[in-house]
Amino acid sequence: MAHTFKVNGTTHSVDIDDDTPLLWALRDNLGLTGTKFGCGVAQCGACTVYLDGKPLRSCVTPVSAVAGAEITTIEAISGREAEAVQAAWTAGDVPQCGYCQSGQVMSAVALLKENKKPTDQDIDLAMNGNICRCATYARIRAAIHSAARSLEV
Amino acid sequence: MRPLLLASAAALALGLGGTALTFAQSAPQRRGPPLQDAASFSSIPNQQARSAALFGEIGKVLTHPRCMNCHPATERPRQTDARRLHQPVVVRGKDGHGAPGLECATCHGKQNYDPARMPGDGHWALAPASMAWEGKTLGQICLQLKDQSRNGGRDLAAIVKHVTTDTLVLWGWNPGPGREPAPGTNAQFGALMQAWADSGAACPAS
Repeated sequence: MAHTFKVNGTTHSVDIDDDTPLLWALRDNLGLTGTKFGCGVAQCGACTVYLDGKPLRSCVTPVSAVAGAEITTIEAISGREAEAVQAAWTAGDVPQCGYCQSGQVMSAVALLKENKKPTDQDIDLAMNGNICRCATYARIRAAIHSAARSLEV
Repeated sequence: MRPLLLASAAALALGLGGTALTFAQSAPQRRGPPLQDAASFSSIPNQQARSAALFGEIGKVLTHPRCMNCHPATERPRQTDARRLHQPVVVRGKDGHGAPGLECATCHGKQNYDPARMPGDGHWALAPASMAWEGKTLGQICLQLKDQSRNGGRDLAAIVKHVTTDTLVLWGWNPGPGREPAPGTNAQFGALMQAWADSGAACPAS
């Protein structure tokens, strides 16, 4: 059946089964391939998007659960925190293979929206659900601190 | 083919074994362990002994993994029938809904999503620290459950209403495939709680 929801400011109606993961609708039906498939069971965080502004693992969310909602993907995050994270990620050369990075960025931006000056522990607690197979965790943490500092000015 | 290969690689990389590969298969809902009906305790003549015995039966539900996993003594919930620590690492947070950036609702939706074995409810959360049951005896849990300074200000009637109508409590009997449901039925559990309250809400000695 048709499922209607807003993605990155545009309303879409997608005719797929009710229990299709939102991730598949984003990637296969809408062509938004910035959001990645990693594990399919909410263990890795590569599929992170926002549901009405809050992080959501799109691989474990059926399209039937997002009717009428506002979804934001990595292609469209914006604002001061997103710009700060993007700049810090570039300056710190954070990604290695890059596969997990869209999920990492989505979680990092969400953290900074709620906590302008996170401690190491705050960062760990927010980012625990985002696994990086290249183990760039030290660079991720440093870049989040760097982004937070840039938001102070 | 490509998604399957990717899933295989990710599953191996994450050490998930076959979990990710089998998530699309559905499993029938299991029944939990049996629970005695409240009426079966009516043969105990002493009211206090009957009440304490009723709570002993109630305790089979309270100490079951479906309930105990989210009433932890630490800041971290547990998961599965084996009661292992929740993965990924999540914490209670300020209001029982997780830490900023990784709240319960990041993964847990308003209802179970069986294709990915993801349990859900409209207010998925940890019990407050004052209602931690892990590591306590049944007698201690009983006293804690009745203590309005620790139970959210609920009197006995409110406790019975909570355990018979709260959707997250009711989820314990509908946990989705791969998880053993709480013992008996919610109706049996509610009747046991009502009988316990009506008989003076006595607590087991230990």
